[in-house]
Amino acid sequence: MQKVEPFLLSGNLAIAYAIKQLNVDVVSAYPITPQTTIIEKISEYVAKGELKANFMLVESEHSAISACLSAAASGARVFTSSSSQGLLLMHEILFITSALRLPVVMVVANRSVSAPINIWNDHGDIMPQRDTGWIQFFVESAQEAYDKVIQAYRIAEDHQVRLPIMINMDGIVLSHTYEPVYPLSDSEVASFSPWNLSLKRLDPDDFLTIGGFCYPDYYFETRYQSSKALEDSLPIISKVDKEFGKLSGRSYGLVSPFKCNDADTILVSMGSISTTIRATVKKLREKGEKVGMVSLRLFRPFPLNELIKSIKNAKAIGIIDRALSPGAVAGPLFTDVTSALYLSKMSIPAVNFFVGLGGRDVKIEDIENMFVNLKKIPTGKIKKHSYYVGLRG
Amino acid sequence: MPFKNLKEIIARQDFFSPGHGLCAGCGAAQIARIVMKIAGKDSIMVNATGCLEVSTTTYPWTAWKVPYIHVAFENAAAVASGIRAAYDALIMKKKLGKDVNVVVLAGDGGTADIGLQALSGAFERGDRITYICYDNEAYMNTGIQRSGATPYDAWTTTSPAGQKTLKKDLMGIAIAHRVKYAATATISYLLDAANKVEKALSISGPSFIHWLQPCTIGWRYDPKLTVKLSRLAVKTGLWPLYEHYDGINKLTVQVPKRTPVLEYLKLQGRFRHIMDNQEELAKIQSYADELAAKFGLGPVVE
Repeated sequence: MQKVEPFLLSGNLAIAYAIKQLNVDVVSAYPITPQTTIIEKISEYVAKGELKANFMLVESEHSAISACLSAAASGARVFTSSSSQGLLLMHEILFITSALRLPVVMVVANRSVSAPINIWNDHGDIMPQRDTGWIQFFVESAQEAYDKVIQAYRIAEDHQVRLPIMINMDGIVLSHTYEPVYPLSDSEVASFSPWNLSLKRLDPDDFLTIGGFCYPDYYFETRYQSSKALEDSLPIISKVDKEFGKLSGRSYGLVSPFKCNDADTILVSMGSISTTIRATVKKLREKGEKVGMVSLRLFRPFPLNELIKSIKNAKAIGIIDRALSPGAVAGPLFTDVTSALYLSKMSIPAVNFFVGLGGRDVKIEDIENMFVNLKKIPTGKIKKHSYYVGLRG
Repeated sequence: MPFKNLKEIIARQDFFSPGHGLCAGCGAAQIARIVMKIAGKDSIMVNATGCLEVSTTTYPWTAWKVPYIHVAFENAAAVASGIRAAYDALIMKKKLGKDVNVVVLAGDGGTADIGLQALSGAFERGDRITYICYDNEAYMNTGIQRSGATPYDAWTTTSPAGQKTLKKDLMGIAIAHRVKYAATATISYLLDAANKVEKALSISGPSFIHWLQPCTIGWRYDPKLTVKLSRLAVKTGLWPLYEHYDGINKLTVQVPKRTPVLEYLKLQGRFRHIMDNQEELAKIQSYADELAAKFGLGPVVE
C-alpha cells in the first residue's frame, strides 16, 4: 500500500470527496442543516467539471428522493443526502425505493425532529425510517463515513443485493467537525466500486413495467422478497467490508466490540457517542473496572448473531437510545437488542439509557455514571429499566 | 412534419395494448393509445397513481410495450425529471448512446393538486419532459371526489351540492412558468391532439398538454358519448383548443358558432341538480362566454 497523506475534512466534505471519486451520475438533493455542505461541495465539483454529473436542484426532499429513485431505475449511479424534516418528507418514497430494489445511496446527517425545531444531533429522524427496507449504517468518524460511502455503492449495486443504503452520520458532531481523513486514490475507488449498467432498468430495448399494481394474490410475496433481500444482504455487507480492509487497512465489522470478553457490564450504542464510550471504557479499565462496550456499525439488517457474541458474557447491559419511541415498551435500539437476547434464550438484565436529544452533550462523566448504575443491577438494587440521562426537572 | 390525416396516425404501431382494465368508454385509454402511437418505441412512460396506472399494470400483466414506471401520487414530474437527468448524464458520459422521450400521463388530482409542487419544480428547472394531464375533473380512481380541477357546479361525492369554485387554470400555471410549449387537447379532435403531442415531444425543455378526459362513471353518462362530450366541450367554448408556443397563444380549432353550454351539461348526470336552475346555468354560460372572448371564439347560436 502506498503511503497517503491525510486530508483535513469534515464528515460532510469527506462524503462529497468520496462521491466525486465514485463518479456518481445523478445527484438530487435539497438544502437542510446539517447536511447542506455535502451538496454545496458536490455542486462545486460539478461546476468545476471535476465530477461529471447531473445535479438536479429540486424543490423538496420528496422530489429529491423521487428523482434519485427513477434515475437509479434508468441505470444511473445516484446520490442524495438529507436530515431531520427532510428525511421525514422522504419517508413515503423510502419504502418504494427498497421494494423496487433500487441502489440509491443516501447520507443522513442525523438531526432531531420538530417540534420544537432544533438543528442538533440525535437519532429522532432515522428511527422512524427503521422499517423502510433500507440497509442502514451508523458511522463514528469522518473517515468511516468516507469509507462507508465507497463500500455502499459496491453493496447496493451488487446484483444479489440491489437495495438502497442509508449512511447515518451524527449531524454537527461528525458532519461539521474536521479530522484527518485518509483517502483512497481515484483509481482504487474506481476499481473497488466499479459502475456497471444494470440489467433491469428502464430500457426501450428490453422494456419493463416498474411499480405496478398488486392484488392480494401477489402483494405479500413481493413485500416478503424485499424483506428477505435485506436479510440476505448481511454476508455480502460483511464480505465487502473485509475486502475494503485489505485495500485500505480499515475494516469496521458489523459490530465493533471493545473489551467485551471479560466485561461484567457492557454499553451498546450507535454513532459518534460510541467513541466517547470507548474512551470511558479505557479510562475505567485503567482503574480495574471490568467494563466493555459494543458499537453497532450496521443497524439494518440487524446483526443479531454478531451482537449476541459480543455481549453474551455480560452480567448487565446498558442500551443507549438517542431517540424516544413514545408509548412503546422501550427505546428503538433497546427493543431490538432485548429481542435479540430473547431469541438467543438469554436473560441478561438490561436497562435503557435515553441520552443526547437535540444535541445535548453526553460527557465521559455521564457514561461513567451509566456504568455505576449497571454495576448495581446484579445486586437487585435497580428497579427502573429506563433512565433519561441529564434530563432536568 | 405535422400529421395530415387520421389514417397516418392510426397506421402507427401501438405501444399501449388493448388488454387493460379501464372502463368501457374511458377517455384515458384513448389518450394513452394515441400518445404512445406518437411517442413510439424509444419512450419511457411515467404515471402518477390513478385510474390509468392501476388499470394498466395489474401484476403479472401490463398494457405497456415501452418501459414504464409508477412511483407515487404526487411525484410524477420529479420521477420524469430523474429519468431525464439519468439519460442526459449517461449519454454525456458515453455510458449510453440512445436518447428517449420521457412522457408523463397523470390525472388532474396528481397534477393540479398533490403533484403541483413537483410539476412546478420540473417546469422551473427546464427539464426536457412531456407532461400530459388527463383531466377527468375529479378523483375518479378513489370514487369521484372533488379535485382542484372539478368544474363549477359539478356533483362529486365530496361536493354533493355541487362544486362552488371554478377549476384551476392549469394552462395558466404552466405558462406562468414560461414553458416553451403548452396546449389543450381532446380526443374528439384527434389530428389536433396528435400534432400537439408530436410538437410537445420535439421541445427542448418541458412541455405540457392539458387533455380533457370524459369519465363515464364520474360524469354520469352513457359510455358511447365520450367522443361526443369531448366535442361539445370544445363547441360550447368550455374547452378551447389552443397552444402556447414561445410566448404566444394560438387557437388551433376554430369555433365560429358556439353551442349553448346546456347541450353539454344536460348529457351529464353530475349536472343534473342544476338542470332547472336558470341562475346557475347562466353562470356557467357566462364563464364559457368569458373564455370565448379570451380565445376569440364565435357567438352562441341556438
